[in-house]
Amino acid sequence: MAYDQETRDALIEMVRRFVDEQCKPIEGQVAEEDAVPKDVVDGMKELGLFGISIPEEFGGLGLNMEEEVLVALELGQTSPAFRSVAGTNIGIGSQGLVMWGNDEQKAQWLPKIASGEIITSFCLTEPEAGSDAGSVKTRAERDGDHYILNGTKRYITNANKADLLTVMARTDQNTPGGKGLSSFLVETTTPGVTIGKPEKKMGQQGAHVCDVIFDNARVPVANRLGGEGDGFKVAMSVLDRGRLHISAVCTGVAERLISEMTNYAVERKQFGEPIANHQLVQAMMADSYAEAYAARCMVLDAAQKRDRGENVTLLAASCKMFASEMVGRVADRAVQVFGGAGYIADYGIERFYRDVRIFRLYEGTTQIQQIVIGRGLAKLAKDGQI
Amino acid sequence: MKVLVPVKRVIDYNVKARVKPDQSGVDLANVKMSMNPFDEISVEEAVRLKEAGTATEVVVVSIGPQQCQETLRTALAMGADRGILIKTDDKVEPLAVAKLLKAVVAEESPELVILGKQAIDDDSNQTGQMLAALLDWPQGTFANEVKVDGGKANVTREIDGGLQTVALDLPAIVTTDLRLNEPRYASLPNIMKAKKKPIDMKEIGDYGVDVAPRLTTVKVTEPPVREAGEIVEDVPTLVSKLKAKGAL
Repeated sequence: MAYDQETRDALIEMVRRFVDEQCKPIEGQVAEEDAVPKDVVDGMKELGLFGISIPEEFGGLGLNMEEEVLVALELGQTSPAFRSVAGTNIGIGSQGLVMWGNDEQKAQWLPKIASGEIITSFCLTEPEAGSDAGSVKTRAERDGDHYILNGTKRYITNANKADLLTVMARTDQNTPGGKGLSSFLVETTTPGVTIGKPEKKMGQQGAHVCDVIFDNARVPVANRLGGEGDGFKVAMSVLDRGRLHISAVCTGVAERLISEMTNYAVERKQFGEPIANHQLVQAMMADSYAEAYAARCMVLDAAQKRDRGENVTLLAASCKMFASEMVGRVADRAVQVFGGAGYIADYGIERFYRDVRIFRLYEGTTQIQQIVIGRGLAKLAKDGQI
Repeated sequence: MKVLVPVKRVIDYNVKARVKPDQSGVDLANVKMSMNPFDEISVEEAVRLKEAGTATEVVVVSIGPQQCQETLRTALAMGADRGILIKTDDKVEPLAVAKLLKAVVAEESPELVILGKQAIDDDSNQTGQMLAALLDWPQGTFANEVKVDGGKANVTREIDGGLQTVALDLPAIVTTDLRLNEPRYASLPNIMKAKKKPIDMKEIGDYGVDVAPRLTTVKVTEPPVREAGEIVEDVPTLVSKLKAKGAL
C-alpha cells in the first residue's frame, strides 16, 4: 500500500539511522570475520526489515515498489553484505510465495518470513543452468502425495542459513525448456536436502552462497507453487521485481562511494591544494554524480510505473543493466580518486570495488538484460507499439 | 500510573550547526531536525516502565511549530500512547516551557514526569528543575537509574565524583542522563501504527500562562577555530614555550 509522506519519511529516516549507527561502523569487521554479528541481524529483525515486502495481513509492511526502492536505496549506503541478510526474505526468497502461493501456503510461511524467524532462499541456478534458466536439470517426479527431487543447485544465496527454499525443478521430463518446470517450497530439514560449504568469493564477505543438493528429497504436493509447468513463470515474475530492488541497491552504493570520494578529494592535498580543485578529479566526481542521479531517477520512475500496474519488464531490465554497470564505473573511479589509498584495505574502497562486481552478474547478467530489452523492443515494433 | 514525557524538536546531533550571518542565532533553514537525544532516553524509560507493568499510560507533549508533530510521532512509534502538541512559532524559554508543562500536569495528573536533563540546542538544563519548583514536587535530576515501587521513585543520580540515590515521593520529576538507557529504534511496523495514535492539538492561549521571553540574545558566534599544534624537540623547549605563552 502507499503510505502518506510523513509516515514514509519517518520509515526511511529510521532505516537510514540504523544503517548509519549499526552497520557502517562495523563494515570492516563484517568483511574480516565473514559474518554479520547476531545482534545486528536481530536488530534488523526487530526493525521489521525482513517483512517490508510481505503483505500486511501476514505481518509485513506491504510496501509498494516505490517504497521498497526507497528502503533499498538506504540499505545500499553500507556494505551489501548487510542487505543480503534480509535480501532473500524481502525478494527472491519470498516473492514466489507472495505472488503464486495459495492461502494455506501464505498463512503457513509468510508471517515467519516477515519476522525473520525463518530465512528463505531461491534455488534456480545449477551447474549447467544459469542465464539459460530454462535448462534446469533438477528433477521432480511425482510419487503419490509427494514429489521426489533430485539434482544440484549452485550459488544459492543464504542457503546455509535458510529454512525454506523456493526450488525450480523439472516435472515434465519430456518437455525441454521453461515449460517443463514447476516450483516448490522445500524445507531445508527435509531428508535428502544437503547444503554445501559456503563458497569463497571475490567480495561481499558476510553474505554466503552455497550448493544445495537434493537426493531423493520428498516434498509434499501441497508445497507446489502454482500448477505443474508454472515454474518458469514463477521464476521470471520473482526476478522482474528483484531487478528494481537490486537497481536501487546499486544506486545506494554508488551514492555512498560518491560521498566517500568527494569527502576525500576536498581533504587530500597534492600540488599544494585539495585534489578536488583539479579538473581531472572533478571530471570523475561529476561523471559519477550525474550517472548515479540518472540511475536514481530511472529506478524511482520504473517503480512508480509498476505501482500503477504498468508492465515494467523492459524498464526493470534497463534499470538493472544501467545501475549495475554504473556502480561498477563509480567504484572504479572511487579507487582512482583515492589513489594508492583506494588500493589499501583500511580505507574500505577496494572492498566496495570488489563487492559491486556481482551486481552485473546475478539476477540476470548485463547481457541477459540486453537480450530482454532487445527482444522486447523488437516485439513492440512487430506489434506496432513503438 | 500515568507518565508524562516532554519532548523537544532540536537540530539533529549529527548536523554541524552554522551561525546565521547576522549572528542572531543558529541557521535552521533546511537543516535536519530530530528529537532531543536526552528526551529519547526519557521516552525509552517511560516505555520500559509501561512494559514492566509499572506505568499504565505514557503521554508525550511537545511545544513548538507544527513540525513537532513528527517528533511526537517518533515517540509514539517508540511506544508512547498519545501526544499533545502545543503549537507556537515563537521562541519559548525554559521558564515558559515549565509553566506550560505545569498546566499540562494539572490537566493530565501524571504521577511521574520524565524530562531530558537538557536539550542539545541551548543546553539550558533548567526546565525540569523549574517545573519541580512550580509544582512543588520532589525532583531527581541526572538519573542513571530509576526504580518505581510503592508510591516512591528511587532515582540514582550522576553527581561529581560518584552516584547518589534519592527516594522521591510520587508524584515527582525525573530528568534523565545519558547512561540511563539505550533508546530503541522504532520498528517500521510501529512507525506505521503510530500514525493511528491520537495527537491533541493545542495553542499556547489554551493554557493562560505568560510565556513572554525574559532573555534577549545579544550575539551568537562560532567557536574559535583551533590552532594547529606544534611538536617540540625536548622537554626544556616545551617548558620555555609554555612560559613564553604565559601557561606556566
